[in-house]
Amino acid sequence: MTETATLKIWRGQSKADGRWETHAVPFERGQSVLDGLRWIRVNTDPSLAIRFSCINANACKECMMELDGETVYACTARLEPREMAVAPLQNKILVRDLVTEIAPPAERFAAPSSPPPQAGAGERKQEK
Amino acid sequence: MSIEPIQVETDVLVIGSGAAGMYAAIEAARAGCRVLLIDRSLIGRGGATVMAQMTVAVALGAEGPDHWSHHLHDTLTAGRGLCNEPLSRLLCEQGPACIQEMDAWGVGWARKDGKITSAFAPGHDRPRCVYVDFLNTGPAVSKTLRTVVHKTPGITRKGDLCVVDLLKVDGEVAGATCWHAESGAPVVISAKATIVATGGLTRLYRRNSASTNMGGDGYALALRAGAPLIDMEFVQFFPIGHLAPRLIGMDPIMWDPFRYKLGGRLLNKDMEPFTDRYGVPESGKYVITRDVGTYAIIKEVEADRGSPHGGAYLSFQHVPAEKLREAFGPVIDRLAENGIDLTQTAVEVAPIAHYHMGGVAADVAMRTEVPGLLVAGEAVGGANGANRLSGNAITEAFVFGCEAGRTAAARAKAMTAAPAAGHAARAAIDLIRSAPPKDMPNSAEMLASLQATMSDDVGPLRTGEKLKRALGAIGELTTALGDRPFGDAGAFDMQRLDWFDLRNMLTVARGVVEAATLRTESRGAHQREDFPEMRPEWRVNQVIRLGDKGLDITQAAASPLEVAAQ
Repeated sequence: MTETATLKIWRGQSKADGRWETHAVPFERGQSVLDGLRWIRVNTDPSLAIRFSCINANACKECMMELDGETVYACTARLEPREMAVAPLQNKILVRDLVTEIAPPAERFAAPSSPPPQAGAGERKQEK
Repeated sequence: MSIEPIQVETDVLVIGSGAAGMYAAIEAARAGCRVLLIDRSLIGRGGATVMAQMTVAVALGAEGPDHWSHHLHDTLTAGRGLCNEPLSRLLCEQGPACIQEMDAWGVGWARKDGKITSAFAPGHDRPRCVYVDFLNTGPAVSKTLRTVVHKTPGITRKGDLCVVDLLKVDGEVAGATCWHAESGAPVVISAKATIVATGGLTRLYRRNSASTNMGGDGYALALRAGAPLIDMEFVQFFPIGHLAPRLIGMDPIMWDPFRYKLGGRLLNKDMEPFTDRYGVPESGKYVITRDVGTYAIIKEVEADRGSPHGGAYLSFQHVPAEKLREAFGPVIDRLAENGIDLTQTAVEVAPIAHYHMGGVAADVAMRTEVPGLLVAGEAVGGANGANRLSGNAITEAFVFGCEAGRTAAARAKAMTAAPAAGHAARAAIDLIRSAPPKDMPNSAEMLASLQATMSDDVGPLRTGEKLKRALGAIGELTTALGDRPFGDAGAFDMQRLDWFDLRNMLTVARGVVEAATLRTESRGAHQREDFPEMRPEWRVNQVIRLGDKGLDITQAAASPLEVAAQ
């Protein structure tokens, strides 16, 4: 008999306009929450936005999110055979789904609508 | 949707913020240039450097006598006759200066009696590998370089920039066109010199030891910009990647440092030593080289003597608990959290994709064939030949990064302005803004499918038949990918990111498979079961260029030092 982890995931592109989505993931002992999220992308919904780099080593520190209201690294939080609620960091600017702006401000590239950054390489809108 | 492209101008553009990219940025900025350091992920967090666990090979001679020429000898021996010897020499000769500079920057190399201490690693003739305890080399190196990058005037850092194509103006590389993942906007960067420091291609394989951004994108970018690649058939597998039981929060190459310090024993399913069958007796010491170790484990599994999950056991059961604690301190607690007591349990290990010997062809100044385009670190092909010596990867990241930064700065200072992008960015901008096709296959599933193909048919042991099957699968995936990016082009659109990744990964995978198909011999990391002998006539490097109808591959004699010097 296979057990199931039920991931209730917050989806959306603005904090005011999001929804919860529920995904069933086959549970295997020793998996991380990130493993579950990656399983969803490959098997059911590739549009789920998550940010991670090192996968398993807790080296990149990119996969920060909220699990049942607590801030965790998805790669070190254990997947469990129960309902688990996964949401983006509340105290950071939302980008999409579980991705938030976690880079230091100086390392973020200014989107066209934002004011240009102050650093060395000057930026300007392209003229026609 | 048509967001206006953002236009940026700099002296030196560095793509990739691992050790090579950061070292290059520091060196170019020290020479007085404005540097823009970009990464498709966060700055200094992704790539391979941060994942390195222990060894950095360098002939420091701090504890006992050593000289770079001994290090070079071992590097060339490991490379099985295919090293680009001037590059190998540069790595070994300049290594000590970079290691000392890192020391001065406070990386914290492990010390004994005040001197930097070295571990013995397979393939070296003496202890030659410096490290940071415990299992902390990569994170310490990344952190140190990030700090220096922050402090060095002239370096601007920007993350979440996925390079779609290099900018080519009048036959020279003049920057890059990027997709800004966070907003979906196109970004055109004009630069006097561009350094590709994007690392290797281990993400092509299902089980690998690097970050998700190691999909060989720099190789594909260089190829499309007209620069040749070499030695693409040589993918290094690390023999003892963690296999089972599942561990949380541990790097799969963690057993390497354990073996450096404590030896450990490789055993088959009957808990019997087996490496003697493949020419290396199990002595409880870590002497087996990566290519031989990989071969031995795969063959043992094929003979139905593998461990339950399809690998071998690695046992430290004979090592007393106090000794384990002394060598690895807090790591022993992390293992306990995962339910593992090494005095009681042997873990299972199996080969895992680890490093790419091939890469962009470059000279000792890190120049490629295309003016304006430089490379650094693992993106450079040739220094390690057919098989890399343990510990050379971080050293080459430092040394090649430093050289690339210096060369880029010299070029930039000789130019008054970066060439105007003009229409050169048009095609890449159109691609970034393109509406998605009607039918979009699951991009993440396609990626997993490519990884399965590469692991099953283009792993360490190859045959003509397997390679042919792989080429077929790559062809189907390429057709399914089409020429219009998936997704909605909005903020952090993962399908579009996968699409851009797959576009590069499929090109690079094809390069590996086609070069491996042509090389009808076995040498170093490339083992053909249908051509098991190493053959003298194959002492050549294979060179790949992008032609009108796909990849063109030619052979060129390997360049020994004495020839190259003439």
